[in-house]
Amino acid sequence: MLGIGWALRRVIKSSDDFFLSGRSIPAWIAGLAFISANLGAQEVIGMGASGAKYGIMTSHFYWVGAMPAMVFVGLFMMPFYYGSRARSVPEYLKLRFDEKTRGLNAITFAIMTVFSSGISMYALAKLLELVLGWSFHGSIILTGVIVLIYIFLGGLTSAIYNEVLQFFLIVLGFLPLVLLGLKDVGGWSGLTAKLSVVATNAGFQPGAWTHSWKYMDSPTHNPMGIEWFGLVMGLGFAMSFGYWCTDFLVVQRAMAAGSMTAARRTPLIAAVPKMFMPLLVILPGMLAIGMHATRGGFLPIGADGQPNYNLAIPMLLAHYLPTGLLGLGLTALMASFMSGMAGNVTAFNTVWTYDIYQTFIKPGQSDSHYLRMGHAATVFGILASVVAAYAATRFNNINDILQLVFSFVNGPLFATFLLGMFWRRTTGHAAFVGLLAGTFTAALHYGLTIPHGATPGIHGGFLGATLHTYPSEMALNFWTALFAWTSCFVTTLVISLFTKRTKTDEELRGLVYSLTPRIQEGAMPWYKRPVTLAVGILVVSAILNVIFW
Amino acid sequence: MRLDIRWPIGGLFTITGALLVIYGLVSDPAIYEKSLGINVNLWWGVVLLVFGLAMLVLAFQSRSQA
Repeated sequence: MLGIGWALRRVIKSSDDFFLSGRSIPAWIAGLAFISANLGAQEVIGMGASGAKYGIMTSHFYWVGAMPAMVFVGLFMMPFYYGSRARSVPEYLKLRFDEKTRGLNAITFAIMTVFSSGISMYALAKLLELVLGWSFHGSIILTGVIVLIYIFLGGLTSAIYNEVLQFFLIVLGFLPLVLLGLKDVGGWSGLTAKLSVVATNAGFQPGAWTHSWKYMDSPTHNPMGIEWFGLVMGLGFAMSFGYWCTDFLVVQRAMAAGSMTAARRTPLIAAVPKMFMPLLVILPGMLAIGMHATRGGFLPIGADGQPNYNLAIPMLLAHYLPTGLLGLGLTALMASFMSGMAGNVTAFNTVWTYDIYQTFIKPGQSDSHYLRMGHAATVFGILASVVAAYAATRFNNINDILQLVFSFVNGPLFATFLLGMFWRRTTGHAAFVGLLAGTFTAALHYGLTIPHGATPGIHGGFLGATLHTYPSEMALNFWTALFAWTSCFVTTLVISLFTKRTKTDEELRGLVYSLTPRIQEGAMPWYKRPVTLAVGILVVSAILNVIFW
Repeated sequence: MRLDIRWPIGGLFTITGALLVIYGLVSDPAIYEKSLGINVNLWWGVVLLVFGLAMLVLAFQSRSQA
């Protein structure tokens, strides 16, 4: 079964004269590529782990975080990205501000991709260890070698194409798991009963794992350790908007669309299936923790005495699926790990070679020189990923470390984008210093606070003095993002007022809201307009929030 | 001509679905103890087969229109 999956992927990869600019293919396919770029191992394993660790509150990543942010990208950000003809987010920053802002963003982005691919690598190695009984170290090395070969063979030439296929593989590979699990525990009511045991064991109200808003009046009342303000502002605003609006890997998918309207519709169409992803990725985590608590020791216990939440979905796969269907589930998982890692490493090498090396270190070399550099960067990117993979072993939920990285990078960047796109007075110096200040604030906040029960070091609090203890890693991430966003926003605003503009209105045409001509939608039936779609998405998200209140 | 993405998706799931159905019919019922006694290979195989064929039909239709 595994072999068939791989063989077919090979065949598909070798025919590269296809693309989905939306002309021969329905528009929903482009949208699927958009969410698939984000539906990697991190999403599947990480959201499953969070479902186990934090319960239904994990759905806030979708219904409070992703939905409004994706709507915002589609309606307001896409016109600038698409209209500016920039090929990457760092390139937009160069056009809007200057080279140094671009360079800074390129560096932080490069670090982020290394972490992301390292986390995928960790998850895959863990899976191989669990299913095939290989050693973790051996699995890491093997994974690195496979990804290297995959990239050198040009495995990403048809990235978007593979992503759509992968989307269906993951959905169709995981759905039977969720259905079997739900049937086994006796439906939603059976699951609620099991999770009330989990909640009371942890010292919370019985419904703490199955209500998304009810216990958010105080950080001590819910497993995520956050109150509504920190969640809405930290996750909903700073982090989610930061991620969906500025993450190059994701935004690039929409930039590839055939027209401005198609580019704007891409994130909106993507939001529709995204809305129902919690069913597929969070629910299995909740099932796993429910069984862990009531049937005894379902999840292996890690060195810190906590269950290893990352294994929630792999354990569930092994538990319910017989030979045959198990192969399909594993193929889906592996495919997402591989392409997730390869996507990040490739993005790393692009950004390093073009946005850093060519711009700052050695401009004006021959193409073959840069190509060699690109290969070297790939090898380096994979080695760095291995280091990141070992860092990930220290977290019992990979989503915690992933969101930590996002809080450092995307939080401040979103403030820069907001000011840059909507205020023409924002200057290059201000953007640069603001970004630095934001990242520095994130590091400072992370260094001075610590999640409950952790020892100072990789989990925070490494600056010695601990000013505040958060109830959970995730709460610390949300606040880190919010502090980083605020400091970047204020710094950029103040410095802009004191520095001279370097770009004229003419140069900023198409890059700043007030200097960009309003888009003419043309004659389009009302139900096809981006705005209609956006309103529909927000209404359904609101309903989902109410259902799982 | 650009390749319609529905061909490979349809192909992949049709073949996978067919294999699962066949395996579900010949496999030892004992392995379905873990899946609550349901022959999930057979039933989910049917689902995949229907999905795969639907994709192929859609791809075929849009080609004959063009």
